[in-house]
Amino acid sequence: MGTLDLLLDGFQNALTLENLTYAAIGVLLGTFVGVLPGIGPAMALALLLPVTYGLEPTQALIMFAGIYYGGMYGGSTTSILLNTPGESASVMTAIEGNKMAKKGRAAQALATAAIGSFIAGTIGTLLVAFFTPSIADQAVKIGAPSYFAIILLSLVLVTSVLGTSRIRGFIGLFMGLTIGLVGLDLSTGQARLTGGLLELADGIDIVVVAVGIFALGEALWTAAHLRRRPLEVIPVGRPFMGRDDWSRSWRPWLRGTALGFPFGAVPAGGAETPTFLSYLTERRLAKPGAEFGEGAIEGVAGPEAANNASAAGMFVPLLALGLPVTATASILLAAMQSYGIIPGPTLMTDQPELIWTLLASLLIGNTLLLLINLPLAPLWARLLAIPRPQLYAGILFFASLGAYSVNRDPFDLALLLLFGLVGFVIRRFGIPVLPLILGVILGPLMEVKMREALDLSGGDISGLFDEGLAIFIYVLVALAIVIPIVLGRLRKRQDVPEEAMVR
Amino acid sequence: MTVVVGYIPNEYGEAALAEGIEEARRRGTRLVVVNATKGDALVDHRYVGEPGLAELQTRLATLDLDHEVRQTIGADIAEELLRAVDDTGAQVLVIGIRHRTAVGKLLMGSVAQHVMLDAPCPVLAVKPAP
Repeated sequence: MGTLDLLLDGFQNALTLENLTYAAIGVLLGTFVGVLPGIGPAMALALLLPVTYGLEPTQALIMFAGIYYGGMYGGSTTSILLNTPGESASVMTAIEGNKMAKKGRAAQALATAAIGSFIAGTIGTLLVAFFTPSIADQAVKIGAPSYFAIILLSLVLVTSVLGTSRIRGFIGLFMGLTIGLVGLDLSTGQARLTGGLLELADGIDIVVVAVGIFALGEALWTAAHLRRRPLEVIPVGRPFMGRDDWSRSWRPWLRGTALGFPFGAVPAGGAETPTFLSYLTERRLAKPGAEFGEGAIEGVAGPEAANNASAAGMFVPLLALGLPVTATASILLAAMQSYGIIPGPTLMTDQPELIWTLLASLLIGNTLLLLINLPLAPLWARLLAIPRPQLYAGILFFASLGAYSVNRDPFDLALLLLFGLVGFVIRRFGIPVLPLILGVILGPLMEVKMREALDLSGGDISGLFDEGLAIFIYVLVALAIVIPIVLGRLRKRQDVPEEAMVR
Repeated sequence: MTVVVGYIPNEYGEAALAEGIEEARRRGTRLVVVNATKGDALVDHRYVGEPGLAELQTRLATLDLDHEVRQTIGADIAEELLRAVDDTGAQVLVIGIRHRTAVGKLLMGSVAQHVMLDAPCPVLAVKPAP
């Protein structure tokens, strides 16, 4: 069957009333958490994961996909109306978007963001549908050594390329890897890092870690900074666009999509880079008098499209290789694992119905978002007046409920508190969450692949290097570590005089 | 010797402000306009933003009245008002009041009630014209 047939099958499965309801719930919930800064789709997924154990895997994934895309939309609303980006990917949108809103063009800014996200999300999801099967076909042939190398590459890329501080990134990564180590050794049955506690022998559930770090950590952080001067929200009516706005927006939408998708698809995800590049591109291509710096619609359309295209691109490594590249993707991966679905190259052949239904519901969810988000924009803006104590009390309730329901064990609540404190501390010291959470989820997978490779070679270290692909990837890993350092040195040498003057 | 007004940017706050201005004129004292927020939400519509503040200042400046606008952030709005009353030795505190349902009062408490019971000076409670 061709891709189109499979996708149409997926639509048939997704278009039942029940599945549509879950898509709609997901989309609304996603926008809700996206609008509120500090609460993102990753936290929402972690909180909902235990709640959805009773659902069919397909329905849960449909809802999660809706939350993921909805969160992206919601973030742009906050950036434009409040100049407070809900998540790092909307930072670029805030620059021109908020200026547009201040000039009284909030409705147009919201419209171009929503429609651009819709277009980018749709094209991106279609690209996922067409690319993933062929990549998965290739990926089946990848052996354990190369797989190990790929995981290593994605960990190194996420840690050393993204973020401002490499040392903080690696601290986060190693914290995550250590948490992933806790439990029984898979081949020898030895207890590792359990401190003699029987409850830790099965390892630490990813849900407890994720809820602790995302929800409890954020709640503690917010409690420590509870009272802040309120911000001013720019009132907005129903978003719409004039003819001039359309003609200025469609090229940035397509350019943003083209930039965003590849960045989302390589295992060094994150939407920060493509949104930034898209902003620069639009700025450079803008005609003189395009009011860049004072609210140019191109500067909203491009980055928003790039943001959503990269959000879609993330599904390629997730579905084809079982590799998450964003925090949200890693929770999705944990969700799949908890349903007994093993993500990886064989996923497309093992669970075709699930995957194609998921892709179809991504397209449906995207359309729902456009239909829901445009008319509801004024309502979303009102969410910003929710007092933090009430909001976070609700989050803490769900967090404790979720952590407890994983194993029905009060011990998990103690663990939750511990990871909540870890979450608070990493926020305090600016340690990025993404490497940590990727370390927790990819560490054990990486270990399995390493053991496989070493078993095949009889424990000889050469077993890790006996594939051409693996060696090629190790070269990339080395480059990913060395290049930023060299670039940093070069830049520093040039900057010395200027910096000296500044100081 | 002052008149303190609890102000929020809506009809109740405006009613209190109008009465407060009159009261300050009558007593020939300084006018202190207090606008407080709990600061626990991202957006608080009862807190005067920068453009609103500038507009309020110009309005007060045209009045030929010694005045001051105080913006504070604190856990309890009533406490913020009472602190301003203490600080300035107010002769009277002017607030706007509105209907609350029993449930609303149970859940959120009543700033007006708290202020009236605990203020050291007389409290003038006003309503917007119907």
